[in-house]
Amino acid sequence: MVNRHVIGAHYGLRDWLLQRITAVVMLVYTIGLVTFLVLAAQATYEGWQTLFSLTWVRVLSTVTVIALLLHAWVGIRDIWMDYVQPLGLRLSLHVATILWLVGNFVYAVKVVWGV
Amino acid sequence: MKMQFKIYRYNPDVDAKPYMQDIEVELEPSDKKLLDALVRLKTVDDSLSFRRSCREGVCGSDAMNINGKNGLACVTDIVSLKQPVEIRPLPGLPVIRDLIVDMTQFFKQYNSIKPYVINDTPPPSHERLQSPKDREELDGLYECILCACCSTSCPSFWWNPDKFVGPAGLLAAYRFIADTRDTAINERLDNLEDPYRLFRCHSIMNCVDVCPKHLNPTKAIGKIKELMVKRIA
Repeated sequence: MVNRHVIGAHYGLRDWLLQRITAVVMLVYTIGLVTFLVLAAQATYEGWQTLFSLTWVRVLSTVTVIALLLHAWVGIRDIWMDYVQPLGLRLSLHVATILWLVGNFVYAVKVVWGV
Repeated sequence: MKMQFKIYRYNPDVDAKPYMQDIEVELEPSDKKLLDALVRLKTVDDSLSFRRSCREGVCGSDAMNINGKNGLACVTDIVSLKQPVEIRPLPGLPVIRDLIVDMTQFFKQYNSIKPYVINDTPPPSHERLQSPKDREELDGLYECILCACCSTSCPSFWWNPDKFVGPAGLLAAYRFIADTRDTAINERLDNLEDPYRLFRCHSIMNCVDVCPKHLNPTKAIGKIKELMVKRIA
């Protein structure tokens, strides 16, 4: 009997790895942010603004936003792949997710670099 | 001692849909395991159907859902069970009759990982030997009896049984990947590198929880991923 089973798409590992790496990036940023919140409990609006207008803080924030969005992409796509069986609907949801995440990215950049 | 059961019954030739049957049976002092009680139950209702063979946890035939958790009836102590004991067929597979499920999908996935040593080099005159240390790598892998308790308790296998290999298949896959006598490790990793076949595993670990042989498919899956990372990094 001819085996017509389509197997081994040769991808998936990078996504899985990406989700782990981006999780570490988010953890590091979160620890840094919480540390600042504890140390600068009395910080004024000006203090906050000074911190977030530093270029390196902006760069780190942007990197974390990118990590968050990539992490969310893998996770949300996993949900669609688990539960949504019809191919057309699943691909539409993938595209909608990408558009939504890219929209988030543009808005986040506007916020982070517009302080 | 009387024992009360709530058993999933379905005979597609007679029943329009499955139903739960309340039934009780008088046990003999020699009845120790759930399987003994189920065999005794057939004296009350001989139409009850289930698979069993070795009655000592080796053949893997009598896997079923016992009080909500997959397990082998033959190694489950009667005294450990809360009554009425609710018995259902393994979840996620088509029911043929009562507690008998169609395991075709399960074995298709098992078959897809080529569960045999592949080695095209000329065989030595006697046999292909392994060092005790290499052989140790197979402990916790070769003991699988293919009862399907793990795969049928895995939500990822419920949603995508045709695409996700499942914990039993992946444990077997790693058993041959880890075998130093096998020469097809790259082909095996290629076969598994797929968002569905391997990466539907979200480390839920129901498989580890239910395995009657106390094996750890999640650990084996982790080792497969580790080898894949080593290959590219």
